[in-house]
Amino acid sequence: MTSQTLSVTIDRGAHGRDVFDVPAYESQTVLDVVSWVQQNADPTLSYRFACRVGMCGSCAMMVNGVPRWTCRTHVSKVVQDGAVQIGPLRNLPVVKDLVVDMDPFFDKWVGAEGVHHGALTRDDPIAAVDETSPARVEANAGIECINCSVCYAACDTVAGNPDYLGPAALQRAWTLLNDAKDEGRLAILDAVSGSGGCHNCHSMGSCTTYCPNELDPMSAIAGLKRETAKSFFRRGR
Amino acid sequence: MTTAGITSRAHPLWLAYILHRLSGLGLALFLPFHFWILALALTDPARLDGFLAFTEIGAVKLAEFGLVFLLAVHMFGGLRLMALEWLPWTPSQKTLAAGATALSFLIATLFLMQAV
Repeated sequence: MTSQTLSVTIDRGAHGRDVFDVPAYESQTVLDVVSWVQQNADPTLSYRFACRVGMCGSCAMMVNGVPRWTCRTHVSKVVQDGAVQIGPLRNLPVVKDLVVDMDPFFDKWVGAEGVHHGALTRDDPIAAVDETSPARVEANAGIECINCSVCYAACDTVAGNPDYLGPAALQRAWTLLNDAKDEGRLAILDAVSGSGGCHNCHSMGSCTTYCPNELDPMSAIAGLKRETAKSFFRRGR
Repeated sequence: MTTAGITSRAHPLWLAYILHRLSGLGLALFLPFHFWILALALTDPARLDGFLAFTEIGAVKLAEFGLVFLLAVHMFGGLRLMALEWLPWTPSQKTLAAGATALSFLIATLFLMQAV
Protein backbone atom coordinates (compact mmCIF):
# COMPACT_ATOMS: atom_id res chain seq x y z
CA MET A 1 0.00 0.00 0.00
CA THR A 2 1.44 3.32 -1.07
CA SER A 3 -0.42 5.61 1.36
CA GLN A 4 -1.83 5.39 4.87
CA THR A 5 -5.29 6.50 3.76
CA LEU A 6 -7.47 5.40 0.85
CA SER A 7 -9.50 7.81 -1.22
CA VAL A 8 -12.84 6.03 -1.51
CA THR A 9 -15.45 7.32 -3.96
CA ILE A 10 -18.95 5.96 -3.40
CA ASP A 11 -21.75 6.37 -5.97
CA ARG A 12 -24.92 7.42 -4.19
CA GLY A 13 -27.45 7.47 -7.01
CA ALA A 14 -29.37 10.73 -7.32
CA HIS A 15 -27.17 12.31 -4.61
CA GLY A 16 -24.10 12.02 -6.82
CA ARG A 17 -20.81 10.79 -5.40
CA ASP A 18 -19.13 11.20 -2.04
CA VAL A 19 -15.40 10.89 -1.46
CA PHE A 20 -14.18 9.55 1.90
CA ASP A 21 -10.67 9.26 3.32
CA VAL A 22 -10.48 5.81 4.89
CA PRO A 23 -7.52 4.52 6.95
CA ALA A 24 -5.68 1.76 5.10
CA TYR A 25 -5.00 -1.54 6.86
CA GLU A 26 -3.34 -4.75 5.83
CA SER A 27 -5.66 -7.51 4.56
CA GLN A 28 -8.48 -4.97 4.28
CA THR A 29 -11.45 -5.95 2.12
CA VAL A 30 -13.66 -3.60 0.12
CA LEU A 31 -16.52 -4.52 2.47
CA ASP A 32 -14.31 -3.44 5.43
CA VAL A 33 -13.90 -0.06 3.70
CA VAL A 34 -17.64 0.38 3.14
CA SER A 35 -18.33 -0.65 6.76
CA TRP A 36 -15.71 1.82 8.02
CA VAL A 37 -17.41 4.64 6.11
CA GLN A 38 -20.83 3.72 7.48
CA GLN A 39 -19.59 3.34 11.08
CA ASN A 40 -17.20 6.31 11.22
CA ALA A 41 -17.97 8.85 8.51
CA ASP A 42 -21.58 8.67 7.30
CA PRO A 43 -24.14 6.54 9.15
CA THR A 44 -26.72 7.21 6.41
CA LEU A 45 -24.77 5.09 3.91
CA SER A 46 -26.84 2.05 2.94
CA TYR A 47 -25.29 -1.21 1.79
CA ARG A 48 -26.06 -4.91 2.06
CA PHE A 49 -24.02 -7.79 3.47
CA ALA A 50 -24.51 -10.85 5.65
CA CYS A 51 -21.93 -13.63 5.91
CA ARG A 52 -18.65 -11.79 5.07
CA VAL A 53 -17.08 -15.05 3.88
CA GLY A 54 -18.35 -15.46 0.30
CA MET A 55 -21.25 -17.77 1.01
CA CYS A 56 -24.40 -15.63 0.98
CA GLY A 57 -23.98 -13.56 -2.18
CA SER A 58 -25.45 -10.34 -0.78
CA CYS A 59 -22.48 -7.93 -0.76
CA ALA A 60 -21.79 -7.73 -4.51
CA MET A 61 -21.03 -4.19 -5.77
CA MET A 62 -19.22 -2.51 -8.64
CA VAL A 63 -15.60 -1.96 -7.59
CA ASN A 64 -13.65 0.22 -10.04
CA GLY A 65 -16.29 -0.69 -12.64
CA VAL A 66 -16.05 -4.46 -12.12
CA PRO A 67 -18.74 -6.46 -10.28
CA ARG A 68 -17.26 -8.23 -7.27
CA TRP A 69 -18.06 -9.79 -3.93
CA THR A 70 -16.78 -6.98 -1.72
CA CYS A 71 -16.21 -9.35 1.21
CA ARG A 72 -13.76 -11.46 -0.81
CA THR A 73 -12.01 -8.60 -2.59
CA HIS A 74 -8.87 -7.29 -0.93
CA VAL A 75 -8.37 -3.56 -1.37
CA SER A 76 -4.73 -4.21 -2.31
CA LYS A 77 -5.97 -6.14 -5.35
CA VAL A 78 -8.07 -3.31 -6.78
CA VAL A 79 -6.59 -0.04 -5.44
CA GLN A 80 -5.30 2.36 -8.11
CA ASP A 81 -3.06 5.23 -6.94
CA GLY A 82 -4.54 4.97 -3.45
CA ALA A 83 -8.10 5.31 -4.73
CA VAL A 84 -11.09 2.96 -5.04
CA GLN A 85 -14.48 3.63 -6.62
CA ILE A 86 -17.47 1.70 -5.30
CA GLY A 87 -20.98 1.70 -6.78
CA PRO A 88 -24.20 -0.32 -6.75
CA LEU A 89 -24.45 -3.40 -9.00
CA ARG A 90 -25.11 -2.60 -12.65
CA ASN A 91 -28.30 -3.63 -14.49
CA LEU A 92 -30.52 -3.55 -11.38
CA PRO A 93 -32.67 -0.69 -9.99
CA VAL A 94 -30.95 1.16 -7.14
CA VAL A 95 -32.95 1.30 -3.90
CA LYS A 96 -30.48 3.56 -2.10
CA ASP A 97 -26.70 4.10 -2.26
CA LEU A 98 -25.14 0.64 -2.70
CA VAL A 99 -28.37 -1.34 -2.28
CA VAL A 100 -30.08 -2.62 -5.43
CA ASP A 101 -33.50 -4.17 -5.89
CA MET A 102 -32.80 -7.87 -6.64
CA ASP A 103 -36.43 -8.61 -7.64
CA PRO A 104 -35.88 -8.51 -11.44
CA PHE A 105 -32.96 -10.91 -11.00
CA PHE A 106 -34.98 -13.44 -8.98
CA ASP A 107 -38.08 -13.02 -11.16
CA LYS A 108 -35.99 -14.07 -14.15
CA TRP A 109 -34.70 -17.07 -12.20
CA VAL A 110 -38.34 -18.24 -12.03
CA GLY A 111 -38.99 -17.02 -15.59
CA ALA A 112 -36.31 -19.39 -16.87
CA GLU A 113 -38.14 -22.26 -15.09
CA GLY A 114 -35.40 -22.32 -12.48
CA VAL A 115 -37.71 -24.25 -10.15
CA HIS A 116 -37.90 -27.95 -9.31
CA HIS A 117 -40.17 -29.97 -11.58
CA GLY A 118 -40.68 -33.14 -9.61
CA ALA A 119 -42.60 -36.24 -10.72
CA LEU A 120 -42.14 -38.51 -7.72
CA THR A 121 -43.84 -38.45 -4.32
CA ARG A 122 -42.50 -39.24 -0.86
CA ASP A 123 -43.84 -42.77 -1.28
CA ASP A 124 -41.59 -43.49 -4.24
CA PRO A 125 -38.12 -44.93 -3.69
CA ILE A 126 -35.25 -42.42 -3.82
CA ALA A 127 -34.04 -42.15 -7.41
CA ALA A 128 -30.45 -43.28 -7.90
CA VAL A 129 -28.19 -40.59 -9.37
CA ASP A 130 -25.11 -41.66 -11.31
CA GLU A 131 -22.49 -39.07 -10.31
CA THR A 132 -20.30 -40.00 -13.27
CA SER A 133 -22.90 -39.66 -16.04
CA PRO A 134 -22.13 -36.82 -18.49
CA ALA A 135 -25.45 -35.08 -17.70
CA ARG A 136 -24.71 -35.13 -13.95
CA VAL A 137 -21.22 -33.73 -14.58
CA GLU A 138 -22.85 -30.85 -16.51
CA ALA A 139 -25.38 -30.29 -13.72
CA ASN A 140 -22.69 -30.37 -11.01
CA ALA A 141 -20.73 -27.68 -12.85
CA GLY A 142 -23.43 -25.09 -12.15
CA ILE A 143 -24.92 -25.96 -8.78
CA GLU A 144 -22.55 -23.83 -6.70
CA CYS A 145 -24.27 -20.60 -7.86
CA ILE A 146 -25.29 -18.48 -4.85
CA ASN A 147 -27.38 -15.87 -6.74
CA CYS A 148 -25.04 -12.94 -6.07
CA SER A 149 -25.89 -11.33 -9.44
CA VAL A 150 -22.26 -10.56 -10.30
CA CYS A 151 -22.70 -12.22 -13.74
CA TYR A 152 -25.97 -10.34 -14.27
CA ALA A 153 -24.23 -7.04 -13.52
CA ALA A 154 -21.32 -7.93 -15.80
CA CYS A 155 -23.52 -8.79 -18.81
CA ASP A 156 -23.78 -6.23 -21.63
CA THR A 157 -26.67 -8.16 -23.19
CA VAL A 158 -28.72 -7.64 -20.01
CA ALA A 159 -27.83 -3.94 -20.17
CA GLY A 160 -29.09 -3.75 -23.76
CA ASN A 161 -32.20 -5.91 -23.39
CA PRO A 162 -34.11 -5.68 -20.07
CA ASP A 163 -36.14 -8.79 -21.01
CA TYR A 164 -33.05 -11.01 -21.33
CA LEU A 165 -33.12 -13.68 -18.61
CA GLY A 166 -29.40 -13.30 -17.95
CA PRO A 167 -26.54 -15.71 -17.20
CA ALA A 168 -27.50 -16.90 -13.71
CA ALA A 169 -31.10 -17.84 -14.53
CA LEU A 170 -30.08 -19.56 -17.77
CA GLN A 171 -27.32 -21.48 -16.04
CA ARG A 172 -29.88 -22.68 -13.51
CA ALA A 173 -32.13 -23.80 -16.37
CA TRP A 174 -29.20 -25.72 -17.90
CA THR A 175 -28.45 -27.35 -14.54
CA LEU A 176 -32.07 -28.52 -14.16
CA LEU A 177 -32.20 -29.71 -17.77
CA ASN A 178 -29.29 -32.04 -16.95
CA ASP A 179 -30.70 -33.11 -13.57
CA ALA A 180 -32.02 -36.69 -13.69
CA LYS A 181 -34.50 -35.82 -10.90
CA ASP A 182 -36.06 -32.92 -12.81
CA GLU A 183 -38.97 -33.62 -15.17
CA GLY A 184 -39.37 -30.11 -16.60
CA ARG A 185 -37.51 -30.55 -19.89
CA LEU A 186 -40.22 -29.17 -22.19
CA ALA A 187 -41.13 -26.30 -19.84
CA ILE A 188 -37.46 -25.32 -19.50
CA LEU A 189 -36.74 -25.48 -23.25
CA ASP A 190 -39.88 -23.43 -23.89
CA ALA A 191 -38.91 -20.82 -21.28
CA VAL A 192 -35.31 -20.38 -22.47
CA SER A 193 -36.05 -20.27 -26.22
CA GLY A 194 -38.39 -17.25 -26.08
CA SER A 195 -37.61 -13.62 -26.89
CA GLY A 196 -35.62 -13.07 -23.69
CA GLY A 197 -34.00 -16.50 -23.84
CA CYS A 198 -30.61 -18.07 -24.43
CA HIS A 199 -30.34 -17.05 -28.09
CA ASN A 200 -29.88 -13.39 -27.03
CA CYS A 201 -26.46 -14.29 -25.64
CA HIS A 202 -23.56 -12.94 -27.73
CA SER A 203 -20.95 -15.01 -25.86
CA MET A 204 -19.14 -11.92 -24.60
CA GLY A 205 -18.05 -14.03 -21.65
CA SER A 206 -18.12 -11.38 -18.92
CA CYS A 207 -20.30 -13.71 -16.81
CA THR A 208 -17.69 -16.45 -16.91
CA THR A 209 -14.80 -14.00 -16.47
CA TYR A 210 -16.23 -12.38 -13.32
CA CYS A 211 -18.08 -15.25 -11.59
CA PRO A 212 -16.49 -15.27 -8.10
CA ASN A 213 -17.27 -19.00 -7.80
CA GLU A 214 -15.47 -19.66 -11.09
CA LEU A 215 -18.60 -21.08 -12.70
CA ASP A 216 -19.09 -20.94 -16.47
CA PRO A 217 -22.55 -19.55 -17.33
CA MET A 218 -21.46 -18.80 -20.92
CA SER A 219 -20.88 -22.50 -21.64
CA ALA A 220 -24.14 -23.38 -19.87
CA ILE A 221 -25.99 -20.96 -22.16
CA ALA A 222 -24.19 -22.50 -25.16
CA GLY A 223 -25.56 -25.86 -23.96
CA LEU A 224 -29.08 -24.41 -23.93
CA LYS A 225 -28.55 -23.05 -27.44
CA ARG A 226 -27.64 -26.56 -28.64
CA GLU A 227 -30.54 -28.24 -26.85
CA THR A 228 -33.16 -25.72 -28.02
CA ALA A 229 -31.86 -26.01 -31.59
CA LYS A 230 -31.96 -29.83 -31.42
CA SER A 231 -35.46 -29.67 -29.99
CA PHE A 232 -36.51 -27.32 -32.81
CA PHE A 233 -35.21 -29.65 -35.52
CA ARG A 234 -36.82 -32.66 -33.84
CA ARG A 235 -40.08 -30.68 -33.63
CA GLY A 236 -40.24 -30.40 -29.87
CA ARG A 237 -39.07 -33.88 -28.91
CA MET B 1 -18.34 5.77 -14.99
CA THR B 2 -16.98 6.00 -18.53
CA THR B 3 -13.47 4.69 -17.88
CA ALA B 4 -14.71 2.20 -15.29
CA GLY B 5 -17.18 0.88 -17.87
CA ILE B 6 -14.28 -0.10 -20.08
CA THR B 7 -12.43 -1.89 -17.26
CA SER B 8 -15.02 -4.64 -16.93
CA ARG B 9 -14.75 -5.41 -20.66
CA ALA B 10 -10.97 -5.74 -20.79
CA HIS B 11 -10.86 -9.53 -21.17
CA PRO B 12 -10.15 -11.74 -24.21
CA LEU B 13 -13.69 -13.09 -24.71
CA TRP B 14 -15.24 -9.61 -24.86
CA LEU B 15 -12.46 -8.30 -27.10
CA ALA B 16 -13.02 -11.26 -29.45
CA TYR B 17 -16.73 -10.37 -29.48
CA ILE B 18 -16.17 -6.70 -30.32
CA LEU B 19 -13.58 -7.54 -32.99
CA HIS B 20 -16.08 -9.89 -34.63
CA ARG B 21 -18.89 -7.33 -34.39
CA LEU B 22 -16.88 -4.37 -35.74
CA SER B 23 -15.30 -6.38 -38.58
CA GLY B 24 -18.80 -7.61 -39.48
CA LEU B 25 -20.15 -4.05 -39.56
CA GLY B 26 -17.17 -2.94 -41.67
CA LEU B 27 -17.81 -5.75 -44.18
CA ALA B 28 -21.55 -5.05 -44.25
CA LEU B 29 -20.82 -1.43 -45.17
CA PHE B 30 -18.23 -2.38 -47.80
CA LEU B 31 -19.86 -5.33 -49.56
CA PRO B 32 -22.79 -3.50 -51.28
CA PHE B 33 -20.23 -1.03 -52.70
CA HIS B 34 -17.99 -3.93 -53.74
CA PHE B 35 -20.82 -5.71 -55.60
CA TRP B 36 -21.89 -2.47 -57.26
CA ILE B 37 -18.34 -1.98 -58.61
CA LEU B 38 -18.28 -5.58 -59.87
CA ALA B 39 -21.65 -5.03 -61.54
CA LEU B 40 -20.06 -2.23 -63.59
CA ALA B 41 -18.21 -4.94 -65.55
CA LEU B 42 -21.58 -5.69 -67.18
CA THR B 43 -23.22 -2.27 -67.21
CA ASP B 44 -20.39 0.23 -67.71
CA PRO B 45 -16.93 -1.33 -68.37
CA ALA B 46 -15.27 2.06 -68.98
CA ARG B 47 -16.27 3.26 -65.51
CA LEU B 48 -15.06 -0.02 -63.99
CA ASP B 49 -11.62 0.57 -65.53
CA GLY B 50 -11.67 4.03 -63.94
CA PHE B 51 -12.27 2.45 -60.53
CA LEU B 52 -9.63 -0.22 -61.12
CA ALA B 53 -7.09 2.55 -61.78
CA PHE B 54 -7.69 3.68 -58.19
CA THR B 55 -6.25 0.42 -56.91
CA GLU B 56 -2.79 1.59 -58.00
CA ILE B 57 -2.85 4.34 -55.37
CA GLY B 58 -0.94 3.52 -52.16
CA ALA B 59 -3.78 4.54 -49.84
CA VAL B 60 -6.23 2.28 -51.67
CA LYS B 61 -3.72 -0.59 -51.47
CA LEU B 62 -3.57 -0.02 -47.71
CA ALA B 63 -7.38 -0.01 -47.55
CA GLU B 64 -7.39 -3.34 -49.42
CA PHE B 65 -5.03 -4.74 -46.81
CA GLY B 66 -7.52 -3.57 -44.18
CA LEU B 67 -10.32 -5.29 -46.06
CA VAL B 68 -8.50 -8.61 -46.21
CA PHE B 69 -7.76 -8.20 -42.50
CA LEU B 70 -11.46 -7.64 -41.76
CA LEU B 71 -12.39 -10.71 -43.80
CA ALA B 72 -9.80 -12.88 -42.05
CA VAL B 73 -10.72 -11.63 -38.60
CA HIS B 74 -14.43 -12.06 -39.23
CA MET B 75 -14.02 -15.56 -40.64
CA PHE B 76 -11.90 -16.76 -37.73
CA GLY B 77 -14.26 -14.98 -35.32
CA GLY B 78 -17.20 -16.84 -36.82
CA LEU B 79 -15.41 -20.20 -36.69
CA ARG B 80 -14.47 -19.48 -33.07
CA LEU B 81 -18.07 -18.65 -32.18
CA MET B 82 -19.45 -21.77 -33.87
CA ALA B 83 -16.90 -23.97 -32.13
CA LEU B 84 -17.60 -22.22 -28.80
CA GLU B 85 -21.37 -22.62 -28.99
CA TRP B 86 -21.93 -25.78 -31.00
CA LEU B 87 -19.15 -28.08 -29.82
CA PRO B 88 -19.49 -29.21 -26.22
CA TRP B 89 -15.74 -29.34 -25.73
CA THR B 90 -13.85 -28.96 -22.49
CA PRO B 91 -11.70 -25.81 -22.09
CA SER B 92 -8.49 -27.84 -22.58
CA GLN B 93 -9.86 -29.35 -25.82
CA LYS B 94 -10.69 -25.84 -27.04
CA THR B 95 -7.19 -24.63 -26.16
CA LEU B 96 -5.69 -27.58 -28.08
CA ALA B 97 -7.92 -26.87 -31.10
CA ALA B 98 -7.02 -23.16 -31.06
CA GLY B 99 -3.33 -24.06 -30.73
CA ALA B 100 -3.54 -26.50 -33.66
CA THR B 101 -5.30 -23.87 -35.80
CA ALA B 102 -2.70 -21.24 -34.93
CA LEU B 103 0.15 -23.66 -35.70
CA SER B 104 -1.30 -24.71 -39.07
CA PHE B 105 -1.90 -21.04 -39.91
CA LEU B 106 1.71 -20.26 -39.03
CA ILE B 107 3.05 -23.10 -41.23
CA ALA B 108 0.72 -22.08 -44.10
CA THR B 109 1.99 -18.49 -43.81
CA LEU B 110 5.62 -19.69 -43.89
CA PHE B 111 4.93 -21.64 -47.11
CA LEU B 112 3.20 -18.57 -48.56
CA MET B 113 6.18 -16.35 -47.66
CA GLN B 114 8.52 -18.79 -49.44
CA ALA B 115 6.29 -18.80 -52.52
CA VAL B 116 6.22 -14.99 -52.74
